[in-house]
Amino acid sequence: MSNILIEGVTKIYADKARGREVTALTEVSLEVRRNDFVCLLGPSGCGKSTLLNMIAGFEKPTTGRIVVDGIEVSGPGADRGVVFQQANLMPWLPVWENVAFHLKMRGAMKAVRREQAQIYIDLVGLTGFENHYPSELSGGMNQRVGIARALLMNPGVILMDEPFGALDEQTRMDMQTELLRIWERSQGTIVFVTHGIDEALTLGDRVVVMSARPGRIAEVLPIDLPRPRDITSPHFNDVKRHILSLLRSAPAEPAAA
Amino acid sequence: MRKMLSFRPERFVVPVLILVGWELFSRSGALPPALLPAPSTVVVAWADWVFGIDGNTQNYTGHWIGDAASSAWRVAAGFALAALVGIMLGVAIGWSRFVEVTIEPTLQMLRPIPPVSWIPLAIIWFGIADKPAIFLVFLGAFFPVLLNTIHGVKTVDRNLIRAGAMAGADQRRLLRHIVLPAAMPSIFAGLRIAIGSAWMLTVTAEMVAVKSGVGYVLWDSYYFLRYDIVIAAMASIGLLGYLSDLGIRLVMARVLHWQRGTTLQGEG
Repeated sequence: MSNILIEGVTKIYADKARGREVTALTEVSLEVRRNDFVCLLGPSGCGKSTLLNMIAGFEKPTTGRIVVDGIEVSGPGADRGVVFQQANLMPWLPVWENVAFHLKMRGAMKAVRREQAQIYIDLVGLTGFENHYPSELSGGMNQRVGIARALLMNPGVILMDEPFGALDEQTRMDMQTELLRIWERSQGTIVFVTHGIDEALTLGDRVVVMSARPGRIAEVLPIDLPRPRDITSPHFNDVKRHILSLLRSAPAEPAAA
Repeated sequence: MRKMLSFRPERFVVPVLILVGWELFSRSGALPPALLPAPSTVVVAWADWVFGIDGNTQNYTGHWIGDAASSAWRVAAGFALAALVGIMLGVAIGWSRFVEVTIEPTLQMLRPIPPVSWIPLAIIWFGIADKPAIFLVFLGAFFPVLLNTIHGVKTVDRNLIRAGAMAGADQRRLLRHIVLPAAMPSIFAGLRIAIGSAWMLTVTAEMVAVKSGVGYVLWDSYYFLRYDIVIAAMASIGLLGYLSDLGIRLVMARVLHWQRGTTLQGEG
């Protein structure tokens, strides 16, 4: 059974300042199976984040519909955990309170929240930082808190919007390894937005290549390479070459953009 | 907090210079001593007003605590009321477009009316006692709290709201657990402006509409040409105002402790 079903989704924004409409996505259809790791890959402006935001329920499709676990998405909810590009932690809460924020919203007792938080803090490797505040941690550590917060909700779907985009190369690769380790242990469906070809190929069971103006799906590539993947292998390079040609055949972005 | 309470000798340079200069000027005889009493004279009057040492302040002798307490009570009551209503209305206006459109224009029209111009109505509505003073304090403290709360709520990072909604927060919990804490720095800025207004209006009200408090003593001793008591009363207001602001800053340092190290204010 498919976990996420996207049917003929088009998103048009009204650009009020210029009195015109901007088509961010046009006629996107996609099916994501349970426990699938899907990467949405494309240049900026291809609508990949818009698509993710619509699955999360932050935005609504102009036409078409999105169904998660048989229920049409009408707004954000704890059944879909989101990891944002910037961690978006509550700066006034210590790490453990941020991780257990979902439980606080459900009215759980402090002892229960603290205990549950510890499990996920340990899982993402932040043991010892429970009482730190987000401002005291590095970008990578904050991103781990964001991941722990999403995992604690035990959602069927985790949506990640370029979560490692702001990190340096070394930290990014560590986080990718870590994410795969966590995903293999806890399972669940992941939709991961990225503009990095290597990142998409390192992580995804399937890579959805998107092109811009208007945003649409160019091709869905199954990646049947075993993990951990060797990003220098010939097969990896073949796939990479194919993706590059897909991205190049898409109309180039205007230089001014 | 440690920074606020630490001993820094350079703090006292300017006040000491002013007091010494003033003392010398008063004793030089350039002005009749009754018109500008020297600090030493003021201290004697103040000491008698507080402790009742030689009765030089006549019927005020030893009454300072009572006078200060009645002024402080009016400030506290009006300020608390203004903080409560200002924060609640501010959150509602900042959060809901409907509430904003319905209520805000009216409030913005009332805002330019100086609180002191309400004194006649305050007296005929509430008589001559605590109530008109509390009412005026409320009017003066309400708008700074309201405007800063609205600003704080409107500038909450949309992504934090999204994160909260993603974690399963409903409207009420979003307001309580995200919007309100995120608006706190701005709310405290409003509270600090408000406490200043509160003292200003208490003293004004006591000069006109109340028969007790530090402001009343100030005005009453002016009638009796006791400018030393006038200045002692002014200094008392300054001291009480400073202490109440210090109190707010201590609470603020506790509530906003998470800002330490992320802002200029939180440094050190």
